[in-house]
Amino acid sequence: MSHRGSRVLRLDALARVEGEAALHLTVHDRTVAEAQLRIYEPPRFFEAFLVGRGHGEPPDITSRICGICPVAYQMTACQAIERACGVTVDGPLAELRRLLYYGEWIESQSLHIHLLHAPDFFGHSSAVELAREHRGAVERGLRIKQAGNAIMERLGGRAIHPINVRLGGFYRVPAPAELAPLAERLRRAHDDALETVRWVAGFDFPDADYDGPLLAMRDPGRYAIDSGTPAVMAAGADSDGAPVRGFPVAEFERHVVERQVPHSTALVSELDGHHYLTGSLARYAVSGRWLHPSALDAARAAGLGDPATGAVCRNPFRSIVVRAVEVAHAVAEALRIIDAYEPPSRPYAAVPPRPATGCAATEAPRGLLYHRYAMDAEGTLTLARIVPPTAQNQAAIEYDLRRQVQSRLDAPGEPAGDEELTALCERAVRNHDPCISCSAHFLDLTVERG
Amino acid sequence: MTGRVVVIGVGNPFRRDDGAGPAVVEALRADPPKDTLLADSDGEPGRMLGLWRPQDAVVVVEVVHAHPGRPGRLHTLTAERAARCAARSASTHALGPGETFALAAALDRMPRELTVQAVEGADFRLGCGLSPPVADALPHLLRQVTGAIADAHDRLRHTGGRPIAHQDTA
Repeated sequence: MSHRGSRVLRLDALARVEGEAALHLTVHDRTVAEAQLRIYEPPRFFEAFLVGRGHGEPPDITSRICGICPVAYQMTACQAIERACGVTVDGPLAELRRLLYYGEWIESQSLHIHLLHAPDFFGHSSAVELAREHRGAVERGLRIKQAGNAIMERLGGRAIHPINVRLGGFYRVPAPAELAPLAERLRRAHDDALETVRWVAGFDFPDADYDGPLLAMRDPGRYAIDSGTPAVMAAGADSDGAPVRGFPVAEFERHVVERQVPHSTALVSELDGHHYLTGSLARYAVSGRWLHPSALDAARAAGLGDPATGAVCRNPFRSIVVRAVEVAHAVAEALRIIDAYEPPSRPYAAVPPRPATGCAATEAPRGLLYHRYAMDAEGTLTLARIVPPTAQNQAAIEYDLRRQVQSRLDAPGEPAGDEELTALCERAVRNHDPCISCSAHFLDLTVERG
Repeated sequence: MTGRVVVIGVGNPFRRDDGAGPAVVEALRADPPKDTLLADSDGEPGRMLGLWRPQDAVVVVEVVHAHPGRPGRLHTLTAERAARCAARSASTHALGPGETFALAAALDRMPRELTVQAVEGADFRLGCGLSPPVADALPHLLRQVTGAIADAHDRLRHTGGRPIAHQDTA
């Protein structure tokens, strides 16, 4: 294989039932000219077919967008519509919602850490190979994940696409005795989660950094998941006390602009005209100081710096460590909520419709998720707008791919072969845990030389 | 602890033929087989591994691709065969049932027996409803699954917990 002239690396999709994406990389004379993450799954038109539905329906309908993070869609939809209707859900109902959200975080993040991301650090092609060599770690990951599943089943009614969420709260809230078995499971999961932080901290991390802006929700005093306002850490900021600029969620669409691109059916987002990253690294940068104390200690011991003083991690390969810290935080917070739980006086607050528009954003496991709805006096939706995290990260992933491949092409020694570049690109994409459609399969390699 | 018979319908009813597994489980729920646990699954490994115990006999109902394919054709596969047939794990986001069986084997968490009762699918586009060849095959698949459940109960009663070997059939 020559590195002179041009070549195109086309990483095509494997045909599967759900989710299709590919990567198209163009290299001219050892310079990466272009990297396009091509998401060509048929658009699902959720925004269009929400119009005309009742204002109580988006939590259930939008939860179908994602099989891994349905709660994120439910929570964001509920908040946006409740805001439009002038209703605030707080107290024990808000805590129960947060508990359900933590269940999803625990489940989703531990799946990615142990079964999808960790194999990359051992040169394994799959979780099966990893399990043969590191059985204890994979078993531990499954235990943590099952603790998240248990929360989802208990509070959401079932583990996949929970059905107990409604505007204003829940159809049914649990008695304290029903949550007690969860606490037992979570105590074990907390030890497991801290062990996982220690495990992933020992991985070998290539040098890399994402130097663009970071966007996450910020709620001073809390590692924001379902509260706060969008906040931006500027491009390149990586020192303690780096300034964070915020804006009201109502101004989200003024700052975050989506545009169509020919190579993808997903919209590509820019933040004030620049690619940007949302997700674990952004949350850690913006809210790290407000992690649970046990997660703070784990982060320090894992070499992530001191989040209490605003440490920032910009290495996408280390996102696995940040995710592990987030799991420890989520488990600890879930335990705190269960220990303090007193049932609300009613399972939900009434949310009568009114002609209005409302928007909200929360932190899905893979980043900030934004919803906006408008309704008429009867509660019939006249507009729906959904900006998921992977669409926001797409441009940043492409930028990261260009930089990482260029860095490899510039390295002295043996030139990189297509197989090595393919593996590098797959790792680079997995670092960001994108949700192509929730079950995306991709990356088979074809080389065309110019 | 006594083993159970666990039937798991794997698939997504909103992707047409991919819903064949859940459709069979739904049909079984109308007249549930005695002492049999019925479950749906999206194939996600953490949840799927939690559905069985080592002493259980598991019947997985699935839709498969075949090359060359004949939509509506039925298959009975061992777990080993299903794991071998699994697509290469290239997802950023999930594992499939085949990888789940391989993972269970690597973790020594397979049930005492596991068979896959499968039908070849034709249409995996967005939407509800099975394609005609799969819809036509569904009663036959249901009979095949019902027979597999009865056989599993027989073996649980008579084999004292020893694993049973199965032949792949098509």
